[in-house]
Amino acid sequence: MNSLVEPKKWEKFFWPMLTTAVFLALWHYSVVWTATKIFPSPLDVKKGIAELIHKNVLWGDIIDSLRRVAIGFGAAAVIGIPLGLILGWYPAANKVVNPVLQILRPISPIAWIPVAIILLGVGDHAATSLIFVGALFPIIVASVDGVSNVPSVFRLAGRNFGLGPARLLTRVVFPAALPKIIVGLRIALGIAWLVVVAAEMIAVDSGLGYLVIDSRNSGKRYDLVVAAMLIIGLIGLILDSCFRWLEKIKSVRWGFRDES
Amino acid sequence: MQTAKLQAGHVHMVFTRDGKSTPVLDDISLEVADGEFVCLLGPSGCGKSTLLSTMAGFLSPTSGEIKIDSEVVHGPDPRRIFVFQERGVFPWLTVEGNIAFGLFHLPAAERRQRVAHYVKMVGLEGFEKAYPPALSGGMKQRLEVARALAVNPDMLFLDEPFGALDSITRLVMRGELLRIWEAERKTIIFVTHDIDEAVQLADRVVVMSARPATIQQIVNIDIPHPRDISSPRYLELRDGIFQQIGLAHKI
Repeated sequence: MNSLVEPKKWEKFFWPMLTTAVFLALWHYSVVWTATKIFPSPLDVKKGIAELIHKNVLWGDIIDSLRRVAIGFGAAAVIGIPLGLILGWYPAANKVVNPVLQILRPISPIAWIPVAIILLGVGDHAATSLIFVGALFPIIVASVDGVSNVPSVFRLAGRNFGLGPARLLTRVVFPAALPKIIVGLRIALGIAWLVVVAAEMIAVDSGLGYLVIDSRNSGKRYDLVVAAMLIIGLIGLILDSCFRWLEKIKSVRWGFRDES
Repeated sequence: MQTAKLQAGHVHMVFTRDGKSTPVLDDISLEVADGEFVCLLGPSGCGKSTLLSTMAGFLSPTSGEIKIDSEVVHGPDPRRIFVFQERGVFPWLTVEGNIAFGLFHLPAAERRQRVAHYVKMVGLEGFEKAYPPALSGGMKQRLEVARALAVNPDMLFLDEPFGALDSITRLVMRGELLRIWEAERKTIIFVTHDIDEAVQLADRVVVMSARPATIQQIVNIDIPHPRDISSPRYLELRDGIFQQIGLAHKI
């Protein structure tokens, strides 16, 4: 296929559908041919999803997971973006804080679980604070990077028109750094969605992560385990699409293409 | 003669990097009258852009001083706007948003009126809601000039503003700049390395030497606008500057 040719409308749907169909078929026949008694077939999983919806537990778990992500990710954005803007704006402050950031950043949020439980106990606060920790660092790093890469002509032009430091930050530096900040937010949301599942397996008794571990523990219901996994994947995809849609807004789209 | 709009007095500039100091400007003294169009002409990297940034207040001279309206320049000021190559427009704002950028202290009605006026002046009607990535290079350059004019400055500093444009657009833009200059009578200081451009536009051409930049010669272009670029006087002036620059290249 020539990549310069605009894909036809039917192709946009046809190819992903075909891949999905092939994937489901492979899955189905692997289960049939290996005659496994443990791993569910796609049909079993479909029944599992129907059962979850029928028992009215699915919506509650989805909402609990989304709520925890919203709180943890939201707090990380509210604290991380201004912090990143300030650190990017004052390179001296960044030099002081950066070593600590660079040590904390590579620590998996999962490794924080024992610390979170000691400090906050088993419960919602532990789960949301883990998501917060996981989402915070990519947001700070992206914001610092965004600010320090603002072309100097933009700052000079802003100063030339008589903007003071506060206006310069809100009217020039922030919008100029916004495309990079959005990329950081998107990465952070992906991490938040990974962490919520892990946190719910250990710290709380609701949510999609809890659904996975509970389905295994109470009667080895692997059809429900895989059903929950698929739903986690699907919601993750939807969350990411929201950010892809944000990137198309005209006032930030310039940052996602070669032209400017 | 009235007092000069801009006076540069014995301006020296030395850049220091890694303990090595490079002299960039060497004893530049220059006076520019109110409403005058002056071109700073010199080879690439000679320091003419540094001189312009110093006049605009982005840089402080190592010694000497720049005075505008008899006041020493200490920093950038909305009364004097620097126009970069088209890179200076803000890509996150529409054409209207860019032109209104410097008008934040005005009431909304007056802001709208000024924006509409300058959209029309630079011929961007129909593109008010467009974002810069959708504009051509020449349109972006006109937009940046409009954004500068909107705050009603009394001076414009233009740093090779048409350098990135193709030669046809460049000619059109020169005509438009002259039309705007004749309508608004701003004092314009225009940096270029293009001899023809300088002779077509300026009242006076300041010919600068290679780094460290000194003023080699100041040429009065005594041809009225619109200028016939095949007239003997035009060619004579142009060739004279050519020789000057040629001498400047000799080591």
